[in-house]
Amino acid sequence: MLLEIDDVSLLYGRIQALHGISLTVDEGEVVALIGANGAGKSTTMRAISGIRPVAAGRIRFQGEDITKLRADLRVRRGLCQAPEGRGIFPGMTVLENLDMGAYTRRDRAGIAQDLNRVLDLFPRLAERRKQHGGTLSGGEQQMLAVGRALMSRPKLLLLDEPSMGLAPMLIQQIFSIITEINEQGTTILLVEQNAQQALARAHRAYVLETGRIVKSGTGAELLHDPAVKEAYLGVA
Amino acid sequence: MTTVLERVRSGREAAGERWRGAPRWVRWALLAAVIVFFYALPNREFYQYLGPIPTPGANFTQVMFTVSIYVLLAVGLNIVVGFAGLLDLGYFGFFAVGAYTVAVLTSPSSDVKTLWPWLLAVPVAIGLTMVSGVMLGTPTLRLRGDYLALVTLGFAEMIRIAAVSSEFLKGQRGFNQIPHPPGQYADGKPVFGVLDARPYYWLVLTLIILVVIGVRNLTHSRVGRAWISIREDEDAAQLMGVPTFKFKLWAFAAGAAIAGLAGALFAGKQNFVNSQNFELLNSIIILAAVIFGGSGNIVGAIVGGGLVAYMIERFRGIELFGVELYEYRFLFFGLVLVVMMIFRPEGLIPNRRRAAEFKDRRKEVTVGE
Repeated sequence: MLLEIDDVSLLYGRIQALHGISLTVDEGEVVALIGANGAGKSTTMRAISGIRPVAAGRIRFQGEDITKLRADLRVRRGLCQAPEGRGIFPGMTVLENLDMGAYTRRDRAGIAQDLNRVLDLFPRLAERRKQHGGTLSGGEQQMLAVGRALMSRPKLLLLDEPSMGLAPMLIQQIFSIITEINEQGTTILLVEQNAQQALARAHRAYVLETGRIVKSGTGAELLHDPAVKEAYLGVA
Repeated sequence: MTTVLERVRSGREAAGERWRGAPRWVRWALLAAVIVFFYALPNREFYQYLGPIPTPGANFTQVMFTVSIYVLLAVGLNIVVGFAGLLDLGYFGFFAVGAYTVAVLTSPSSDVKTLWPWLLAVPVAIGLTMVSGVMLGTPTLRLRGDYLALVTLGFAEMIRIAAVSSEFLKGQRGFNQIPHPPGQYADGKPVFGVLDARPYYWLVLTLIILVVIGVRNLTHSRVGRAWISIREDEDAAQLMGVPTFKFKLWAFAAGAAIAGLAGALFAGKQNFVNSQNFELLNSIIILAAVIFGGSGNIVGAIVGGGLVAYMIERFRGIELFGVELYEYRFLFFGLVLVVMMIFRPEGLIPNRRRAAEFKDRRKEVTVGE
């Protein structure tokens, strides 16, 4: 197992956001985490990337217990998150943003290689390489966030709502890029409100409701599950 | 109104473009001219031709020394506020730590009676200020935003109250006969005397140049990138593997060290340090100066620190309708700040990144509407 989360609970002050969540991600997989607003999807991501401390439970990455490890050291272990929404550096240019993604690395040749790879994946970013992050459109910022996370050459890429606020065409595009990244060998854990797309692309998926995992299965299984259909796919 | 503003803005942007587009030697020559100008400035033979620039109500050389200390402080605070984005409301507290360290170690009125020479006390003062920065930062830099501002505010007040009421720090009576920096002319007269403030000013000016070179190198390194990323989005910085706490602490310590140096220089010039030198107002003025000049930009901080300190002194000795303007100096200062924050929140000479961040934030507001 690449990532194992075992019975993790998390508190925001006195409000319990996660109630004993357990999930696993195997090498090479795309795993999706779906659920409504406020179900605890982004909170789960924060617990994994180490931005929020967990109250109970264990997180293991490549067999190593990282529950208490600092967020920046988790990046060095190969775990990198693209934050949701506008989590890019607005005052830095596109290239500087991508460069920040490689902050933990020192192998210049490898960084240059990955930069070319990211610019190939996202031709739009190549066009706007000298532009400030803050002046990009929502979709471009989203691409920048994903591209920047790739620059750390992660073993596990965490994507928090990569399709949020995007036009339908862009959503298609970003999901096909996610598949492509996975086919190039990066394991992906994906949080999405867009259940349709996420389930269609994921090998396996978990359904989160008010801080608990209520269902899990392969993407195709959940896509055809009546309860999931009704709650998340807008089909009666 | 907006068209005038926009014209000013585009004019300034064009000036900025021209500066960045100019050949290297032109920029160096201009920079050299500016530096020579400021070295020449405190000489009466030079400044008497400068029309309204010399201050009528105060010794201009003394004023320039004060201005130079403020510039040094602004450069230091700019690291903390401008680069790392940490709101420090008690920066002058570190200045006090530096000045008092020198006073305690060198003055005959101190209880410890070490009577060190000034030069020996300076590195100790810088080191101790850095340590106090780390001590203050370690518990507080884990917190964000408002907490830090409050804690630093409390710190500066603590230092001030300790200075006023502790027997060890001598309160109002203060420390006297603090030795001057070393050095003699060929005829045996000391370089750093009591009457002539010029050598002190030149010393501070030289140190400002050295500090600026150091800070510039730092900001162009991995450290600088880490600071900027923390300022722009602390969560994202952490997600990219930046050890945010460590770098915030570094910014805090570096800023403190510069304030400690400024305090040591002040004590060596003034020859006397007491509790009246360290009002809360000073912290506010320096912070305002950095924001006024354009936080995040070294040139902006220098211009802001210099202009604010100079303007305050410039009001001295001017009478209008029988009212001494100096009495109202902070009224004008406040007014300028208010106008500035309405029309130009990014400061006089903003950092280009900073300007983009402001634009981004404005966009965020409109999205939310």
